[in-house]
Amino acid sequence: MPGASSWSFREEDFKRITALLGGLLRETNVRSLLLVDRAGQIVANVGEAPQFDTQAFASLTAADFSANDQLAKMIGEHEFSSLFHQGEKESMYLADVARRVILVALFDSRTTLGLVRLKVKSAVEELTQLFEEMFNRAGTETPKIEGFGSKEAEDEIDKLFGD
Amino acid sequence: MSMINYASREINCKLVYYGPGLGGKTTNLEHVYGKVSPNTRGKMISLATETERTLFFDFLPVDLGTIRGFKTRFHLYTVPGQVYYNASRKLILKGVDGIVFVADSQLERMEANIESMQNLYDNMAEYGYDLTKIPFVVQYNKRDLPNASPIKDLQDALNPGWQVADAARQQVLPDANWPGEFLVKQLPTGEWVERAPTHEAVAVQGDGVFETLKTVSKLVLKTLG
Repeated sequence: MPGASSWSFREEDFKRITALLGGLLRETNVRSLLLVDRAGQIVANVGEAPQFDTQAFASLTAADFSANDQLAKMIGEHEFSSLFHQGEKESMYLADVARRVILVALFDSRTTLGLVRLKVKSAVEELTQLFEEMFNRAGTETPKIEGFGSKEAEDEIDKLFGD
Repeated sequence: MSMINYASREINCKLVYYGPGLGGKTTNLEHVYGKVSPNTRGKMISLATETERTLFFDFLPVDLGTIRGFKTRFHLYTVPGQVYYNASRKLILKGVDGIVFVADSQLERMEANIESMQNLYDNMAEYGYDLTKIPFVVQYNKRDLPNASPIKDLQDALNPGWQVADAARQQVLPDANWPGEFLVKQLPTGEWVERAPTHEAVAVQGDGVFETLKTVSKLVLKTLG
């Protein structure tokens, strides 16, 4: 593997992911659900549109999870498969999906941690299956985008940088 | 680990600025943040100590524009340069698409540069990434200082090149930034070697910052073709 493994998802993957998250949202009554990849990029978001910068949120989520993974190893655990951050009004529950993605549930007093934890657990199983299918399909090669190797694309890239 | 979303036609790529402590990694990001239009960049996040030393990372998302109908977004990260923070430094490399090594040109920082470069190779190898095969650019920062080492010395110490085994790549490639120099060339011994592209910079004044970003971004986008 020359570089980091990349992945891409198609429109139908995106529909399946958002449908699954939509179901989880209704069952748990959480405010919002976000999927973030381990490199800190936002994959999907359902529920209330967050009032914060989702990209910054995603990068911090990935860092949070990675830091906790290392802490887990230090105390002799393989990983912490979920994390819970409790606030006065707003809380968040984070769960690992297929070691590549993190599911984040943002919730308030309209639901309970117990319900969120229970429902997220089964959703994670379904998401894991879905993502594993996607990763297996993509392999570990950098995905190529049609037309990206063309002269036109090179010109567009040069133009972006004012060449 | 570039992420391509065909549903929203977006490409997200991760660039990491690596290098010794106080070398100017955060300064590079701050300059980009200050110069690009607020419409094309997100919030800059800095996890730093009270004395503004990077503790975990700085993060800045920048939209570069549209290529073949795909919106391209680059996520710029810095790592903490201090040797002490290796555990968190390694975490930031996860899923990286391109690396900028910001070297401190000052003579007395040569050892720190070499140590950091070695640390970069080691951390990449632990993830199974090969630095010679992913977009990688070296920036020689602080060129304005009187105690800056000559570029040749920096190149010999930090960017001596690696062997090119792939026959398809064994072609002379001139270095666009250094007239008379080559990125890929054949040594008198017959061996082919490749060096990472380099830029000189004075990041506090913004010199060389965008040139470096441009070189690494272009290399990353070309890997998608």
